Amino acid sequence: MDKQMTAAEVVGQLQDGMTIGIGGWGPRRKPMALVREILRSELKDLTLVSYGGADVGMLCAAGKVKKLVFAFVSLDFMPLEPFFRQARQSGAIEVMEIDEGMLLLGLRAAAWGVPYIPTQVGLGTDIVRKNPDIKVIDSPYDDKEWVAMPALKLDASLIHVDRADARGVCQIAGPDHYMDDWYARAAAKTYVSCDELVDSDYFSAPEQARLVYWERSATTGVVPIAGGAHPSSCNPQYGFDVAHFKAYSAFAKDEAGFQGYVDKYLGASEADYQAAVGGLDAIRSLPLPTY
Amino acid sequence: MSNDYSLAELCICAAAEAFRDDGEVLATGIGVIPRLAASLAMKTFSPDLMMTDSEAWMLSEPNPIGDRGEGFVQKNESWMGFSRIFDNVWSGKRHAMLGPTQVDRFGQSNTSALGGSYEQPKVMMLGARGFPGNSISHPNSFFVPGHSSRVFIDGECDFVSSIGYNPARLPKGHSLEDIDIRRIVTDLCVMDFGGPDHQPRLVSLHPGVGVEQVVENTGFELYIPAEVPTTAAPTAEQLGVIAEMDPHNQRAQQIKDNPPGDRS
Repeated sequence: MDKQMTAAEVVGQLQDGMTIGIGGWGPRRKPMALVREILRSELKDLTLVSYGGADVGMLCAAGKVKKLVFAFVSLDFMPLEPFFRQARQSGAIEVMEIDEGMLLLGLRAAAWGVPYIPTQVGLGTDIVRKNPDIKVIDSPYDDKEWVAMPALKLDASLIHVDRADARGVCQIAGPDHYMDDWYARAAAKTYVSCDELVDSDYFSAPEQARLVYWERSATTGVVPIAGGAHPSSCNPQYGFDVAHFKAYSAFAKDEAGFQGYVDKYLGASEADYQAAVGGLDAIRSLPLPTY
Repeated sequence: MSNDYSLAELCICAAAEAFRDDGEVLATGIGVIPRLAASLAMKTFSPDLMMTDSEAWMLSEPNPIGDRGEGFVQKNESWMGFSRIFDNVWSGKRHAMLGPTQVDRFGQSNTSALGGSYEQPKVMMLGARGFPGNSISHPNSFFVPGHSSRVFIDGECDFVSSIGYNPARLPKGHSLEDIDIRRIVTDLCVMDFGGPDHQPRLVSLHPGVGVEQVVENTGFELYIPAEVPTTAAPTAEQLGVIAEMDPHNQRAQQIKDNPPGDRS
């Protein structure tokens, strides 16, 4: 089976009002080329589920987001994401604000086909007071109350990986695959952009196969886009683009706002975008961050 | 004792004390001073502590902060990606030190939103992050570089990110004794929740700081013991370890104007 698609074909399969999961973490290994293709589309009223970075900021700024399920939105070295802040501070989006671990549990519940997973996380905080959709329940086994973290069922997930074959075997070679395996499993459809398309034989070596975190049956489409995580990182191939994130953030204080960013960088295609940010070689030479 | 130390170095040593007697737990210090505090504790009096590289690996030796040069090889002991962090957090084998924007008299903290309404906050910050889970799962401490009544507020936090000693929010089947908020280190003093009924308590004053200065800058009522000691000055050994762990002197950027440790 050949699951190769273009980014435009992926976005063509998404619909207004869908719940979309976005893999990665903050400024790290985000499927930004797929996010950019959504920015170029008419898609709207999305519910996003994300360990958020500029993916969330950009989609909020473009008016694509109805609701956000999140624990944080941050660019790490810049703790606060400027366009996410604008969206919250203008009351533009609904939110389900939860703990980072609750988000993981919600994805697991969806992946496992259970309606919720009980946890003590969230008790005693505004997580349970501000989220009417999150119930606190009694346990059949003890006298305590527990948060019933509901399944976060995703209509689609968008993920960026280092390598994939045409059948949807996906490899994350960096030090952390974050929760991307759970995003893949929690979604009805999972679309994966990859820096490099490889032959299936690539995975014959155990050390390569060991870096595959979900089965190909959980991958719907494969979109080869070298540099597709930019301006987020794809460690070990390239780091996140500090200068670009600074330029992006500056538009939040500029009169032009996010439209100014779009006009300067987005372009009509990923080729246009990469040309505007200095080309693929420049992306590939971005240094890895030191923590 | 050394007389030549910065306030940041004093705070690092005072914050390191939070990890004393912790045994074999993951010490997580978020931010330069908490991270150096955890590193100092691990390299001196709490050698059984565990530590990550703040990315994806568990280390047997803390990494120095910042650029470590071409030849540096960090001492990994296991993989520790973010999904696995939660397995550790929920086991309780962790002690985190973090810097919230607001802390109230219950030890509840806010990392999320200030003012306005929840639907439209005046100032949106990070979000709840992992604070809810941390606070109900394992001990937590706080570091606040600018002690003021805007941080240590009168009344409850605008958004409660982490559980504290608040009877009104205590979950069914839980007791206030289940909650474990250890130590608050600020640029003025050290506090904990050891007063009557978990009231915030003044533990020690940094050299040259008076009780009145702390009270004036704290929005809630502090329990002040009859005798309040002075925060211990760093030893020469501690200053050496701190310099080794922070070779680019990032600690000098953490407290406004990088004041000396002894302000008397």
